[in-house]
Amino acid sequence: MTTLKTLDRVVIRFAGDSGDGMQLAGDRFTSDTVFVGNDFATLPAFPAEIRAPQGTVAGVSSFQLHFAGSDITTPGDAPDVLVAMNPAALRANLADLRRGGTLITDASEFTTRNLAKVGYATDPLTDGTLADYTVHAIDLTGLAIAASDGLGLARKEAARTKNMLALGLISWLFSRAPERTLDYLDRKFASKPTIRDANAAAFRAGYALGETLEGVAVRYEVPPAPAKPGTYRQISGNKALALGLMSAAAKADLDLFLGAYPITPATDILNELSGVKDQGVMTFQAEDEIAAIGAAIGASYAGQLGVTSTSGPGMSLKAEMIGLAVMLELPLVIVDVQRAGPSTGMPTRTEQSDLNLALHGRHGEAPLPVIAASSPGDCFHAAYEAARIAVEHRTPVILLSDGYLGNGAEPWLVPDLATLPAIEPTFATASDLVNGTFLPYRRDAKGARPWAIPGTAGLEHRIGGLEKADLTGAVSNDPDNHERMIALRQAKVDALAVPDLVVKDPDADADVLVVGWGSTWGPIDAAARRVRAAGGKVATAHLTHLNPLPANTGEVLRRYRRVIVAEMNTGQLLTVLRARYLVDAQPYTWVKGQPISPSRFSAHLLTVIAEEAS
Amino acid sequence: MSIDLDAAAPVPAAEPTAGREGLRGVPLALNALSKKDFASSQEVRWCPGCGDYAILATVQGVLADLGIARENTVIVSGIGCSSRFPYYMDVYGIHSLHGRAPTLATGIALAREDLSVWIVTGDGDALSIGGNHLIHALRRNVNLNILLFNNRIYGLTKGQPSPTSERGKVTKASPVGSVDAPFDPVALALGAGATFVGRALDSDRAGLAEVLGAAAAHRGASVVEIYQNCPIFNDGAYDAVRGPEALVRLRHGAPVLVGGGEFGVVREASGKLALASVAEVGIERVLVHDAHDPDPSTAFALAQLIDSSGLTRAPIGIFRSVDAPVFDDDARAQVRRPRGEERLATLQAHLHGKDVWQVA
Repeated sequence: MTTLKTLDRVVIRFAGDSGDGMQLAGDRFTSDTVFVGNDFATLPAFPAEIRAPQGTVAGVSSFQLHFAGSDITTPGDAPDVLVAMNPAALRANLADLRRGGTLITDASEFTTRNLAKVGYATDPLTDGTLADYTVHAIDLTGLAIAASDGLGLARKEAARTKNMLALGLISWLFSRAPERTLDYLDRKFASKPTIRDANAAAFRAGYALGETLEGVAVRYEVPPAPAKPGTYRQISGNKALALGLMSAAAKADLDLFLGAYPITPATDILNELSGVKDQGVMTFQAEDEIAAIGAAIGASYAGQLGVTSTSGPGMSLKAEMIGLAVMLELPLVIVDVQRAGPSTGMPTRTEQSDLNLALHGRHGEAPLPVIAASSPGDCFHAAYEAARIAVEHRTPVILLSDGYLGNGAEPWLVPDLATLPAIEPTFATASDLVNGTFLPYRRDAKGARPWAIPGTAGLEHRIGGLEKADLTGAVSNDPDNHERMIALRQAKVDALAVPDLVVKDPDADADVLVVGWGSTWGPIDAAARRVRAAGGKVATAHLTHLNPLPANTGEVLRRYRRVIVAEMNTGQLLTVLRARYLVDAQPYTWVKGQPISPSRFSAHLLTVIAEEAS
Repeated sequence: MSIDLDAAAPVPAAEPTAGREGLRGVPLALNALSKKDFASSQEVRWCPGCGDYAILATVQGVLADLGIARENTVIVSGIGCSSRFPYYMDVYGIHSLHGRAPTLATGIALAREDLSVWIVTGDGDALSIGGNHLIHALRRNVNLNILLFNNRIYGLTKGQPSPTSERGKVTKASPVGSVDAPFDPVALALGAGATFVGRALDSDRAGLAEVLGAAAAHRGASVVEIYQNCPIFNDGAYDAVRGPEALVRLRHGAPVLVGGGEFGVVREASGKLALASVAEVGIERVLVHDAHDPDPSTAFALAQLIDSSGLTRAPIGIFRSVDAPVFDDDARAQVRRPRGEERLATLQAHLHGKDVWQVA
């Protein structure tokens, strides 16, 4: 007889070969989590290869889900439950499993050959390696084949349903009603009844297995998490980012133009926007990264909201075009979904190492606004803000996301378009003529120049990469003019209204401040909660605007005895803050291609806090 | 250096492009425009004797004759001597990056059907640093007019071999002779699937104007190679082909004759093209030019008649002008553009997606 135990939060990781259907199982369990009303965060991790050799560590794909009865901010670090479909998945993931955690694995995969392939000299199922864990080594393949007996499926095909068998068992373990997943299978495989029946049979078999499995005495439930009232959906960062761009274009009454070249992990933005051409969106898959941004600049020049999306290597290629956009002073959003570098690096792994590139990666004095999204759902708001600034201030804006945000998902309060800030493109007209002459570089109060689009009679003008004479835009090599134009371009960026940096310091008496930017928001917040739960005092502050920085940044930094800058690079924001504010901030760096581990970071913070106290 | 080419040309045949499909959607000028209306206030700063002056004057005249609104004309250039061109034209213009003019122009063409988009580029700009963009603009068949000023040298950097310089070119960067083999821009364009390919001489205003007018009228990517003299770093590069006897004048429907008509282009038994004495073979054996042939192989063979090493003869005129699906038209046809409340309502529904849940 099993008993029901209530947990506040659980981390599950599904891991297997790239073709084992782990992303699907994880996605499905996440959707079910939505219905239960838990808060959640997900982290898919997959190899750069589409189908790496079977049974190898390189080919392991995984999907991690953190779900809770309270507000959470990260996909978690140490899983409580690990589903490992083969020895390779076990090898790649066991070190992360919490001591005492539950391992569910396919016993039939632990053959001598498979063990040897990943360097296990002896069988970990029997050699004591797993002594610290609750292990359910089940013949998942055999049971999956048995479940679809009589459906006429080939053995190999039947074996492919083992992911549903595992999902059935997990669903039972966490007290989920099976109907929702069975309905989902009905819909997904409506046109393939045999496959549908086989998957459903495997899922049922897995669910039933829970009741009979030896050593399982407890089922768990995680109660719904309290959330702000409203309408919610599940959203990934890349999708939210695409929606943010669409919303900005719609509110500005501009057509949206995306120029892009396929690149991991930014490609989903191209895919997403290519699917909404019925909503005033044009996408252009260019011949290369340079053409992608060039076309976006052309579209902006012609009066559309030009956007280009890419990842690190693409940013390097686009650098010269970004400089041209600075000179042309036209609206442009450049999206960088950062990945681990340098060079090709680790394409499917996350990192925040393009901050230097975003801030400084152009020849000449070429300032531009830089904004970073802090969570998958925040990608919407960051994209909207980037587009608003680009349009109203006539400037390229770099929007930084990363692989963790782009592919990660969380619940999202669906925004009401009516409540989003207005965006005013205000094209130039004949009324902008001064004594019959058009001055393409005459600035408004914001420092922005007129957006005079072709087709407007009387405003014919020429722009380009050569230095411009102030006001007239004529080619100029005048020394004083050059210096003035550099100052004007800088002043335009510096004058941007940026919200003040907000500090979270619950008792207002912390000595240690953690500063983060972009996707470290979740891990930093989770680490701070652990510190506070352990009795430590810590303040946090998160930067969304990296250029210009909030006006109160220096004051905030100087308020604390110790400032720690946590980022997924070797200290890029740290260097900026130290240089700008002459504050002796210290780094917490993490460049592993994964989000910062809240447990490791909180342990580090507790040490630092203890040092400060002594 | 200008010569009367028409005197040497065969009887004009039908125009290769009868309509003005390339200008469909572009508004006409309210009042008749003259060449002068297209000159900007900027002082033209090419070297004295540069072939670009003649091309500028011809382009200004061609645009006036097209009768389209000045404000609906956009010229995009890259980097190099020729790429200063937009500054001297009183239309909308962008002087962009080295080799990248086709990328901006593609964005402009995709965004707006009501614009006539022109690219001015050079041999280094289009064929070296920008080679990739050129071939992709051509294979997509974007509705653009690409004017490729070929002076067979890097001029603005003071004389280095370009991708069209002949082998053995001696410059400061190749003091003992370049060992690079040259591209022929016409053959390259045909290889990339270009739907309109022409060639003209800077000094031949009438011939240049005719090819440019046809390029503008063609819907899709038009590339016109313009032989342009650089008097400073590669003077006289085209002297040998300026004489009537060296020109192979291409006119749709007319026999392909060289110079005064003593020689003609014939197809040999092997299928290759060759020059032969018309008196010996008879005019009926001379190849009749078909610019509309969907198969580009004869046009490609005609391009091979160029003698690029010494450049002692060259076909000029329109090699190819065929209809094909136009990239920007087809891309725009896939886009629907709801406005106002309809757009916001559709988008709000899209933000919600299919699976939402309520928190009370």
